[in-house]
Amino acid sequence: MFKAFLIKYGEIGIKGKNRHLFEDALVRQIQLALNQIDGEFIVRKESGRIYVDIVGEYDYEETIDALQHVFGIVGIAPMVQVEDKGFEHLAEQVISYMDAVYKDKHITFKVHSVRGRKNYPLNSMEISRDMGARILAAFPDMKVDVHNPQVNLHIEIRQKINIFSKVIPGCGGMPVGTNGKAMLLLSGGIDSPVAGYMTAKRGVVLEATYFHAPPYTSDRAKQKVVDLASQVAKYAGPIKLHIVNFTAIQLYIYEKCPHEELTIIMRRYMMKIAQTLAEANGALALITGESIGQVASQTIHSLCATNEVCTMPVFRPLISFDKQDIVDIALKIGTYETSIQPFEDCCTIFVAKHPVTKPNLKIIHRSEEKLAEQIEELVKQALNTVETIVCGGIE
Amino acid sequence: MEVYLDNSATTQVFDSVKDVVIKTMAEEYGNPSAMHRKGIIAERYIKEAKEVLAKSLKVESKEIFFTSGGTESNNMALIGAAMANRRSGSRIITTEIEHPSVKNTMKYLEEQGFELIILPVDKVGKVRLEVLEEVMTPDTILVSVMYVNNEIGSVQPIEEISSIIHTKNPKVAFHVDGVQAFGKYKIYPKRMGIDLFSASGHKIHAPKGVGFLYKNAAVKVKPVVFGGGQQDGMRSGTLNVPGIAGLACATAEVYSDFSQKQERLYQLKEKLVQGLGAIEGVRINGMTGREGAPHIVSAGFLGIRSEVLLHALEDKGIYVSAGSACSAHKASVSPTLKAIGVEKEYLGSVIRFSFSEFTTEKEIQYTLEVIRELLPMLGKYV
Repeated sequence: MFKAFLIKYGEIGIKGKNRHLFEDALVRQIQLALNQIDGEFIVRKESGRIYVDIVGEYDYEETIDALQHVFGIVGIAPMVQVEDKGFEHLAEQVISYMDAVYKDKHITFKVHSVRGRKNYPLNSMEISRDMGARILAAFPDMKVDVHNPQVNLHIEIRQKINIFSKVIPGCGGMPVGTNGKAMLLLSGGIDSPVAGYMTAKRGVVLEATYFHAPPYTSDRAKQKVVDLASQVAKYAGPIKLHIVNFTAIQLYIYEKCPHEELTIIMRRYMMKIAQTLAEANGALALITGESIGQVASQTIHSLCATNEVCTMPVFRPLISFDKQDIVDIALKIGTYETSIQPFEDCCTIFVAKHPVTKPNLKIIHRSEEKLAEQIEELVKQALNTVETIVCGGIE
Repeated sequence: MEVYLDNSATTQVFDSVKDVVIKTMAEEYGNPSAMHRKGIIAERYIKEAKEVLAKSLKVESKEIFFTSGGTESNNMALIGAAMANRRSGSRIITTEIEHPSVKNTMKYLEEQGFELIILPVDKVGKVRLEVLEEVMTPDTILVSVMYVNNEIGSVQPIEEISSIIHTKNPKVAFHVDGVQAFGKYKIYPKRMGIDLFSASGHKIHAPKGVGFLYKNAAVKVKPVVFGGGQQDGMRSGTLNVPGIAGLACATAEVYSDFSQKQERLYQLKEKLVQGLGAIEGVRINGMTGREGAPHIVSAGFLGIRSEVLLHALEDKGIYVSAGSACSAHKASVSPTLKAIGVEKEYLGSVIRFSFSEFTTEKEIQYTLEVIRELLPMLGKYV
């Protein structure tokens, strides 16, 4: 019965002169999301509103789901649109709407009318009052409550007349593409996809870097990361995934440095490489899934040690999250099931039994000096052999 | 160079098989139960397939039942025989090195109230016959022993086992999981005292999704799949004509020039066993000579995780499988390797090499060279 959706957006509505940029981005993101499902949709901006019109057949559930993946949408209101054929006709339409949408008639409601077209014979107060009376007459079990109604029935008189009362929550945030680009360090774990999701939610375009260590990590581990990126892409839009072959660097560090420092030194090189890739691809920040104290390499001392090599800001949206909170989001965005597949990632191989938890930078620097001979060459090689795949999204 | 040494996982189909599969899918696609001509043509493929299989086992056509593969054959045989004979007793017996499709089916039967006895094996994976003799009681109704073990290639003395079982109690149903043996040995169930025999198509160059169960006409088995009553009601469901035609074609082909092919496989095995045995830190599991299966070699590589060696070999174009999937997250140790007493330091380091008639001596040579080259590098980082 619904042939259009009204898209409600939150904080971008209060932007000043840039507002149209945010709205245009939102329109674009909605269009992209709807392109991936069956049906023909027209997304349009009209007098400070965004509407999705539906042409022909479509699947309601699928469409809502697609819209719920678009950052920047706060609510989705499925609408019935009718031509203006006089108040009597409108009243019939409203009554059949109420009948169809609310099977249980024991509800309180309020009619909220807006008269965008001032030549309509009744003013908004009159429309609300008369329509309320019609509804009460049609459904004796319904009651009016103007202060705290269960159903807020909107009637908007524009070119056509919009009728809606349900608002389905959207995922909030800001439209992707309105806040620059950042490089996500994506492992196969639970945390990094969530960190990517959270950052994309603020309008940031994502690219991702994955460190692959064949033969110690398998092609299935790589596929898992591709799958994770594709899953995050359902929200964030297509993600360019850079796959770095890290084996030679990892083995070299393992050979030259104390094993309990392996993870820290390795992560420092990962940050450096990700940063180089970020610079090359126009990303302005790095994103990691780190959370204070979760593992040895994420103690505050370890974070300082890895952070030292970065010149660009490192976003760590999960920094103060408990594991369970992260898991909850992973479950919500559908990455959890993929994340827990048991494939090795390069952080779990060669792990020392007792890695340092309070690395001393001086000592780390001294250890890294032992790498002087070949490390630059190895990093260069790794950067030269990066494989890039675009994950998710049909353009 | 691509070297496929994972033939115990699955095999490439023969060209001849591919042709007959395509023909029965695209041209002669009738339902063998249909009354019209197309049905009769399709039915002819089934009849001929039964004849080919029956001939290869020296049994009767009506004793062959087609299934979706080894797992279904094993389920059908074990559950069907246990259910049909539950009034005669409740003891069922198997070994500790069975494939999961036997092991888990037997466990299911245990949950249903049957008394399950699991036989131990010796160092090379041979069932301890003296234990079998001990546990064979008058109320035993079903014994299941695999012919060739899929992980280490150990071969069971099927005739001896059958004679122990049937001497004690001639009415016991003796099931043999022959998925890894069919096509590698000449198997004659009636002479060997096998009552139920499972085999699978895709291990012998036929497609996946087809297999069969030989059931001695005198042995009672209740169906486990119900429906339209196809195959005498033993296994309902429209027959997989392309798969079955392919299975028959593959069977005929693997058993042509059989002795030469078997001899070639043994020579390949000897070459690989010899080559690997000469490398320090490599241990061969199971039956290393001609007493074991001709197409399976299982070896442990000291200090190298099997998954890592597997991927390193893959990188050189060599496909093998890992004995036990051990990872930092989860160590799932193979019960078979544990049963034959593989030492702890080798347990996570086992690789299985399995051949087919397409495997060449040159490929084995190359594999050995690659392993010799890889081991020192991989051994450095553990």
